[in-house]
Amino acid sequence: MLFLLETVISGLMAGVMYSLVALGFVLIFKASGIFNFAQGVFALFAGLALYDFIATDGWFYDVFGFVLPVWLGIIATMGVMVIVAWLVEFLVLRHLVNQEPIILFMSTIGLAYFMEGLGDTLFGSDVKPLNIGLPSGAHDFLLDNYNFYVEKLEIVAAGVATVLVIVLGIFFQKTRIGRALRAVADDHQAALSVGISLRTIWVIVWSVSGFVALVAGIMWGSKSGIQFSLSLIALKALPVLILGGFTSVPGAIVGGLIIGVGEKVAEVYAGPYVGGAIENWFAYVLALAFLLVRPQGLFGEKIIERV
Amino acid sequence: MTFDRKIGDTILAVDQISLSFGGVKALSNISFSVNEHEVFAIIGPNGAGKSSMLNCINGFYHPQEGTITFKGNTRRQVRPSEAAREGIARTFQNIALFRGMSTLDNIMTGRNTKMNKGIFWQALRIGPAEKEEMENRAVVEKVISFLEIEAIRKTAVGTLPYGLQKRVELGRALAAEPDLLLLDEPMAGMNIEEKQDMCRFILDVNDEFGTTIVLIEHDMGVVMDISDRVVVLDYGKKLAEGTPDQVRANQAVIDAYLGVAHDDDV
Repeated sequence: MLFLLETVISGLMAGVMYSLVALGFVLIFKASGIFNFAQGVFALFAGLALYDFIATDGWFYDVFGFVLPVWLGIIATMGVMVIVAWLVEFLVLRHLVNQEPIILFMSTIGLAYFMEGLGDTLFGSDVKPLNIGLPSGAHDFLLDNYNFYVEKLEIVAAGVATVLVIVLGIFFQKTRIGRALRAVADDHQAALSVGISLRTIWVIVWSVSGFVALVAGIMWGSKSGIQFSLSLIALKALPVLILGGFTSVPGAIVGGLIIGVGEKVAEVYAGPYVGGAIENWFAYVLALAFLLVRPQGLFGEKIIERV
Repeated sequence: MTFDRKIGDTILAVDQISLSFGGVKALSNISFSVNEHEVFAIIGPNGAGKSSMLNCINGFYHPQEGTITFKGNTRRQVRPSEAAREGIARTFQNIALFRGMSTLDNIMTGRNTKMNKGIFWQALRIGPAEKEEMENRAVVEKVISFLEIEAIRKTAVGTLPYGLQKRVELGRALAAEPDLLLLDEPMAGMNIEEKQDMCRFILDVNDEFGTTIVLIEHDMGVVMDISDRVVVLDYGKKLAEGTPDQVRANQAVIDAYLGVAHDDDV
């Protein structure tokens, strides 16, 4: 029983990590109807930039001869992500207004590979252990008293994800900018007519998703170092989104948790019978099954079509 | 019913506006002016350039020639968001609502230009942002009760019947407390009852809030009933301007509506 619980908990924690990436997708999709393939690369890029600001083997240190304290590094990285958001709007989105979603999607694939290459050129491709002083190792109290293994970092990640979801939920549902974001996603022309500026909204939404990417980058980076495989997490976020619904912030979280727990439990209990490695494909099969039953996802907006 | 209204000075002056898309002239040398508190109709056959005219006024289209003066501010081109801030609100021929959002949220977006608290407050909806939200919600509630749509406050607008969607769209425009309200075929596709309701709302808006209204409508009965003055467009040119009675008696207008051949038709 304890073992099952441990499996579930570690699945939940892995799920939180997926959720963090999925959140970034949801934000951009909700506000602009674009599936941003580059979200995973955003997380990677944010992690790389942060590492560069605070570690002695980056070029920031080479140029200025000092490193930034962690908090300042995070703020500086956020600045970088806002600039990236602005550049994306200025160089890409602005010229693709009113284009088909598939064209916008293709442009984000281009963006993903460009940023991956840029990150490689700027920061090098070796794995970088990100250490910003988050607690690591097992939670001693639980381990000693209940023989129960949970990593401290994962508890922190869970806390951070919770706060993010609450803040983003309020922001999207209950504020002017949140409404404007959703309005832009629904109808560009109508949004313009009530005085919403598309450009401002796009910069805001890409910045917010840059912020979420930064959080994801920090968490993943602290857990397993900043490495280029981080950009592939984007693919794990896909089934999470299908499960939770592409337009739902809570959906991204719940979807992530279900996938995380599901694949861990499946791996541990069903794995031995089929030779293991269930973890690699379980999420996708689950998503496929879900598409058949409830295509809008658990929390997605109901698909409304007047005929 | 609107005799005691005071028609004021010119609020909107359109001067020599020309608009073309490539080789197609949508509007040529259109001039007219609208007075404060007036109900002003733009009529004409299909393709006459009526919607293009509205789109120029609220900044969706940028005319190549001419100027538009709104509240003493003269310019040729304006951005839609600027026009909204200056007090121009509009509805669309094909309903342009935010389908996934509730009636309340749709109408709240109409308050967009009146709310300006920064993103940091908004992120948590605390302090000034919270207060601002409540104040604007109060205005929106007034609009909702004015339009008698209390019952559908929380309904996603995509699920509403057509006539109600049109009403919600009017609500979103009204929420901005505009000085100039542009209505693009507010009664298109409605049944008699819905049309009567809409007429009543338009006149009430004009009466109670003194809002100047420029509307496009095909139903001649409606237009002649509710408008103070009418401008007639045909093939992007102005045929006539005047009170409903003057326009009705105008030979060029009669020809256009009865389908006399144009010079360039042959």
